[in-house]
Amino acid sequence: MKARSRIKNQEAEYRQFLARGLIAGLFATLALLAVVGRLIYLQIVNGSHFVTLSENNRLRLDPVTPTRGLIYDRNGVVLARNVPSYALEVTPEQVPDMKKTLAALGKIINLRPSDLRRFHDLLASGRSFQSVVLRSDLSDEEVARFAVNRQRFPGVDIRARLQRQYPLGAIASHVIGYVGAISQADLAAIDPSQYSGTSQIGKIGVERAYESLLHGSVGERQVEVNAQGRIVRVVGEHSPVPGSDLYLSIDARLQRVAYEALGTHAGAVVALDPHTGEVLAMVSKPGYDPNLFVGGIDQASYERLQTDPKQPLFNRVLRGQYPPGSTIKPFMGLAALYYGVATPSTHVFCPGEFKLPNDPHIYHGWKRWGHGSVDLRDAITESCDVYFYSIAVKLGIDHIHDFLSRFGLGKPTGIDMMGELDGLVPSPQWKKRTTGHVWFPGETVIVGIGQGYLLVTPLQLAMADGVLAAHGERFRPRVLHAIRNPLTGVTLDADPQPLPPVVLHNPSNWTLMAHDMENVVNSIHGTAHIIKRGAKYTIAGKTGTAQVYSSDPEEGSDESKIPEALRNHALFIGFAPVDHPRIAVAVVVEHGGHGGSTAAPIARAVMDAYLAPDQPAPGIAKANH
Amino acid sequence: MNTLDLNRYDTGDLTLGQWLARALKIDLPLFAGLVILSATGLAILYSASGPSIDVVMRQAVRIGLAFIVLLVAAQIRPQFFRLWAPWLYGAGLLLLIVVLHAGDIGKGAERWLDLGFIRFEPSEIMKLALPMMVARYLHAKPLPPRWWELVVAFALIFLPAALIAHQPDLGTALLVLSAGCFAVFLAGMRWRTILIVLLLAAIAAPILWFFFLHGYQRERVLTFLDPERDPLGAGYHIIQSKIAIGSGGLFGKGWLNGTQAQLDFLPERSTDFIFAVVGEEFGLLGALGLLIIYGFIIARGLYIAIKAQDTFSRLLAGGITLTFFVYVFVNTGMVSGLLPVVGVPLPLVSYGGTSMVTLMGGFGILMSIHAHRKLMPS
Repeated sequence: MKARSRIKNQEAEYRQFLARGLIAGLFATLALLAVVGRLIYLQIVNGSHFVTLSENNRLRLDPVTPTRGLIYDRNGVVLARNVPSYALEVTPEQVPDMKKTLAALGKIINLRPSDLRRFHDLLASGRSFQSVVLRSDLSDEEVARFAVNRQRFPGVDIRARLQRQYPLGAIASHVIGYVGAISQADLAAIDPSQYSGTSQIGKIGVERAYESLLHGSVGERQVEVNAQGRIVRVVGEHSPVPGSDLYLSIDARLQRVAYEALGTHAGAVVALDPHTGEVLAMVSKPGYDPNLFVGGIDQASYERLQTDPKQPLFNRVLRGQYPPGSTIKPFMGLAALYYGVATPSTHVFCPGEFKLPNDPHIYHGWKRWGHGSVDLRDAITESCDVYFYSIAVKLGIDHIHDFLSRFGLGKPTGIDMMGELDGLVPSPQWKKRTTGHVWFPGETVIVGIGQGYLLVTPLQLAMADGVLAAHGERFRPRVLHAIRNPLTGVTLDADPQPLPPVVLHNPSNWTLMAHDMENVVNSIHGTAHIIKRGAKYTIAGKTGTAQVYSSDPEEGSDESKIPEALRNHALFIGFAPVDHPRIAVAVVVEHGGHGGSTAAPIARAVMDAYLAPDQPAPGIAKANH
Repeated sequence: MNTLDLNRYDTGDLTLGQWLARALKIDLPLFAGLVILSATGLAILYSASGPSIDVVMRQAVRIGLAFIVLLVAAQIRPQFFRLWAPWLYGAGLLLLIVVLHAGDIGKGAERWLDLGFIRFEPSEIMKLALPMMVARYLHAKPLPPRWWELVVAFALIFLPAALIAHQPDLGTALLVLSAGCFAVFLAGMRWRTILIVLLLAAIAAPILWFFFLHGYQRERVLTFLDPERDPLGAGYHIIQSKIAIGSGGLFGKGWLNGTQAQLDFLPERSTDFIFAVVGEEFGLLGALGLLIIYGFIIARGLYIAIKAQDTFSRLLAGGITLTFFVYVFVNTGMVSGLLPVVGVPLPLVSYGGTSMVTLMGGFGILMSIHAHRKLMPS
């Protein structure tokens, strides 16, 4: 130890302590001032930012689902409605262990693998604080079972929601379509914010085509929540706008009559108003029960529908492409007059077959022994093939292509539904483009009777039929009749959408052709004479038979001996009353045999339902032949 | 004894209150500060607890007990503390070792000792025993202390601090450590030596980080540096706390109206994070008011230390006061995101008992020091 003074110097020690005490005090002051500075930074400088964050914590916007618009027929018959149903919903954020929860839920509520699959798909796509439907359409018993066990499942809830129901079932399935769970593909096409809280979306048919109108727009409810996400109180609400109610141009009665008249056959019936383009009936048979799809269809039912050889899921009206057969003949006849290759009095001798010069191939008529000398009216009435073979050759394929195209054949009609196919009106250019081969004269010959490459959809056929009825006026076919705002009750009619008309040099040819077609029904030689009986109005029509398998298109052979799958398709187009047509009908009966005996009575039943509704339909649907 | 007890010879006109204060050895300004702080604390706690009158009642009972401890401590002469400091320190050290082996597990740390009738944390004893021991050791030495005396003093400090940190209770270890260090600082440790010690600490820090800190303690420091790295876990506290304070603005959302606090977004809102409730509900002005009360108490404590008449009293009073300051600073700094999250309560406001009793005991010692001054011969 150094000899330095180590005695305590009280005075010096006190001064030293005083200095140190003051320094400590200064330090403490500075430190607390730093805290104050920090508070100013948080509360004053960034105050509004933190106010926003705290509001984001406390306030949540919950979507309020709009009610989906109802669908009615033109007379106010309900085609699609909303009925209350109970759904099991899961809010993923609030579920502590999803695997365990699902396993435990499965013990009290029947969860199909398809439910779980769909749930996991939705889970992957959604946000975790939004509830996801696990199963819809719970039975009362399941609701009760869950209610008893509720406290075991945080984040799982039963919610009463409105479920879509289709009272007409299969009859109108292809028109109305159905709603189903929103898929990944659907999500890409919509504004997801509009569908928060909504689990279903229009998948097909009118439900899909008019999705945006039917859906409405989502509302929101501002709620105050605590840290556990539980709602403490409702702060504000912005009501949703319910979807619009749609009145379709469809007449449910006609729809039913057409569906039933098809009997056990597969086929399509389209009826429309030729002066507006409004579709009165649109049947594709067989249909399916759209109600199956609403809650999510189970695998077995779906497979049954998909493997059914009659293809119930196939919309024949929009997507079925058939050779028009002899129903093309009125258009060919008009083309002949238009291009001057024939007059109404031009006679052609029909020996029952037709040959091109320098071509050994024989084109048979359906009547082996021929019709003898026929003019246009006879040829339409009796559906003489040879007359139209010769006309087609004289017209040439380019004229035929141009003329048929003016009626809207060969391209989509533009109906207000999705998925329509083109049909086909062939031309040499088309053939060169698609097959690389040149057009052969013989191919023109059979186009004359609606065979060969020519393909039409039932809707196109009905539309072209309507053009005949309306003397060239054309309208875009549509199923929407009016839109009703459910809040105001205001109804807006959908306007007809005229298309460029078909103009003839001589407009009287329309009347001429209409009367030729009337003869098909009225004349005892007419191929559709059987539908004349008991009709309270005049009918113009044309039968057709489309070849399914390569054999001569003979309407005279005994079709009943041929297996059904090999029989020809039966077709009919017609309108009524002849002078002031109010309805145009096109019928395609797959493997129906004869147009006259199978397809024409169906059209008559539909016309009766529309024009003479009080008249009990005479027993013509099962007409003998 | 050539010095005289100040009180006995001070005559004159006294009000009843002044007479009572003298009789009970109470320092009125400090006492008033503590009463105002406790009352304010109860009002804040009422809002922060739910609101729950139950919690407030329980806390009020604790405060009452703590004030009794204060009064008892105020009656004990400082010489007594000086004489008994080694025993208290030794006993505290022993209990710390015992608790490491036999302590109950509470919140993942072995810090509680259950004596059957009472559960307490031995580390609380150290908050007072350590500055007492250091003050006593330096009391007899001419100041400023020489280097080997400093080594001894720091050994006295680090031994209990290390034991507490090992429990692990980082917050209390920090408080105990600072109590000792402040005593040494006040004793006049040379600036050059302070610099060297700080340098050594800077070198020791990474070693501490890699070999002594627990995972969750490291996590806290990392989360302090960047709360967003774990917004739902460790960072959640501090993020929500900053939102609560920031959204309070200048005037606050009003008592019982803090959405962060009342809707449960703010965790530990009635204990360690209660200062965020103050910031949210009373705004900058309210928080400032609370800090002013704390500042007043600290200032009064330092004043008492400066007025104290011997080295032991000065160092002890200064150490206790500055420990109280560390409480306030570490808690408000942590809650406002200025410092890492360390488990230190806001003194006399946070819900909880043990630390309050220790704190009031400390203030009782301050009052004793102030009341037992002697008249110096001029």
